[in-house]
Amino acid sequence: MSAVVDEHDHDHHADDHHDHGPAKGLLRWVITTNHKDIGTLYLLFALTMFFVGGAMAMVIRAELFEPGLQFVDPAFFNSMTTMHALVMVFGAVMPAFVGLANWQIPLMIGAADMALPRMNNMSFWMLVAGVLLLASTLFMEGGAPNGGWTLYPPLVLQPITVGKALPFAIFSVHLLGISSIMGAINIIATIFNMRAPAMKLMDMPLFVWTWLITAFLLIAVMPVFAGAVTMLLTDKFFHTSFFNAAGGGDPVLYEHIFWFFGHPEVYIMILPTFGVASTIIPVFARKPLFGYASMVWATASIAFLSFIVWAHHMFTVGLPLAGELYFMYATMIIAVPTGVKVFNWTATMWKGAMTFETPMLFSIAFVVLFTLGGFTGLMMSIAPSDFQYHDTYFIVAHFHYTLVPASVFILMAAGYFWLPKWTGHMYNEKIGQLHFWLSVISVNVLFFPQHFLGLAGMPRRIPDYAVQFADWNMISSVGGFIFGASQLLFLYIVIDTIRGGTGEKVSDEVWEDASKHSLEWTLPSPLPYHTWTTPPVSVPTEHVLDSH
Amino acid sequence: MTDSISKKNLKLARTLLLVAVAMFGFGYALVPIYDVLCEWKWIERDRPDDIKKVAESAHKVDVNREITVEFLTVLNESTPMEFHAETKQIKVHPGEYHTVNFYAENKTNKEMKSRAIASFSPAVISKYFEKIECFCFSEQTFKARETKKMPMRFVINPEIPEQYKTITLSYTFFDNTERSINN
Repeated sequence: MSAVVDEHDHDHHADDHHDHGPAKGLLRWVITTNHKDIGTLYLLFALTMFFVGGAMAMVIRAELFEPGLQFVDPAFFNSMTTMHALVMVFGAVMPAFVGLANWQIPLMIGAADMALPRMNNMSFWMLVAGVLLLASTLFMEGGAPNGGWTLYPPLVLQPITVGKALPFAIFSVHLLGISSIMGAINIIATIFNMRAPAMKLMDMPLFVWTWLITAFLLIAVMPVFAGAVTMLLTDKFFHTSFFNAAGGGDPVLYEHIFWFFGHPEVYIMILPTFGVASTIIPVFARKPLFGYASMVWATASIAFLSFIVWAHHMFTVGLPLAGELYFMYATMIIAVPTGVKVFNWTATMWKGAMTFETPMLFSIAFVVLFTLGGFTGLMMSIAPSDFQYHDTYFIVAHFHYTLVPASVFILMAAGYFWLPKWTGHMYNEKIGQLHFWLSVISVNVLFFPQHFLGLAGMPRRIPDYAVQFADWNMISSVGGFIFGASQLLFLYIVIDTIRGGTGEKVSDEVWEDASKHSLEWTLPSPLPYHTWTTPPVSVPTEHVLDSH
Repeated sequence: MTDSISKKNLKLARTLLLVAVAMFGFGYALVPIYDVLCEWKWIERDRPDDIKKVAESAHKVDVNREITVEFLTVLNESTPMEFHAETKQIKVHPGEYHTVNFYAENKTNKEMKSRAIASFSPAVISKYFEKIECFCFSEQTFKARETKKMPMRFVINPEIPEQYKTITLSYTFFDNTERSINN
């Protein structure tokens, strides 16, 4: 759309104080307040952490390849499970979605930048500081935290499990929390105040909607987690007794506070996933998203329900019968809005003129495999059955299905979908397809057998196991190694695309008719450093056709 | 960005920051809220304050039922003590009074304040387990190397539902020397 480019250039000449481009040299990346630069920083950081956390997962799967202790001692093994979770949640998945938000939200709503660009820079660098602080515990006497990512007392407060690492891990959580809260405040301010005047709330792309709701979740629960770990800290070093039974405290209280944060936290990782899926599927089905308004309401309902179901993580700790029943039924209700979403995605594809480029393949795999993860979640919501599943590999299989072939697959899909727009280069479709097929097969070889292991009674977080579990563990490990290695293809594709890709010049809308769905495709490819210095006068409404 | 939008952004950011600070406070508010819920019996738990001394009274002994009571003795973290019960388990009739002796020794050369915390399995039977005398009612002071014989006298209320045939009572000794709450 040349009209936009002209206006954009005109604007530059009119405003002498405006930057014309990025600062020169490496310092550009330190001081930048440009939403695209910060988005890139977040995404590259998340990709790095994905491989760091992935390497830890490889250690876990290598140790579990056979029964017996082969490679690592049990304490280090438990450090690996703990750190793998913390790194993947706080270092990879969450920052990756913040990165996508930084790139896409201003583009999608017609804003020149994020609302608070300097705070944006600060939240990125605080994230780096937090993750480095966490990583530093790996090299401390006594090793990294190994009491599980949930940091349950009294275990986590005992000298044998913490070494010197606990206070560092806790301060790291504080930094990560502050970083996420600042990011969330920025996103809410951007969406509320910076939208193009033509864009009403119910015109916003689903990705923007899901992030708006996620940002509210972050502001509501990250401080609660910060409070919980602060109580751990004072219990350990200042002789308070929040969780110390001898002083009148109760370790079960920690579980309640933690999961009050923890359950919304898992939706913080899945709601933006829903948003990206709702963005990609209509483009490749060449149809408007089915049920836009119901998607918005389903997202909001899931977010609301996430606050009132936390104790389904603790059915076995001793809840009164009424509590078990309440949390059981409340949890089951979540399947309703989630089902609305799954049916909407399916209906969007129904009779669509579908093509199967890599982003679409990952999105379809997401719909299928996330639904599978959702079904096992429904199984666990049944309190009496959960006594069997609790703390077994069935739980591990469940949450990995909702995180890996869901959140991670959708992050990959987002990479394939938007990289051509951001860089102006097309990725190599053949390698993309290879990456997809290797990933989708190996991820099932990796996680599906863990359902069997869990149902047969294999506990979580153990470096050694009874021989009856040997076969499925070996298969799971083989799947894990293939999945891990396959992700190097993604790394290759990202680097290759940034450096020119196939050499094919992509059009402004990259994907056929994409500009009917969302604003960013009306801008030139590659995207100029500054976009929407003049807000767009009209916004595409293809994606909301159904509700207008 | 125009000034008016900048102002709106800052105002919204400040409001949201306040919400975040309030939620940090809410995390701490969950502590007293939890206490209240426990008091209302929405959540089962046995805190030191919840263990009530019960006066010895005549219960009707139900000789047709026999309940096995198991005793576990645990030391928290590396509490430097020795702690055991004179018996691992006894069989009792509901309504019958029994005394079991527990022995604890301070293995250090310093005075030590310790606190024993009880925990029942299944948790719901705690209200039928009436203690007349117990070392768990208050914090215990041990002189250097002192060994104490501590009797625990109890009765199981005959109203206990039929399905409970085995009760496990676990005591954990916590070293409270540094964080004594002096009760």
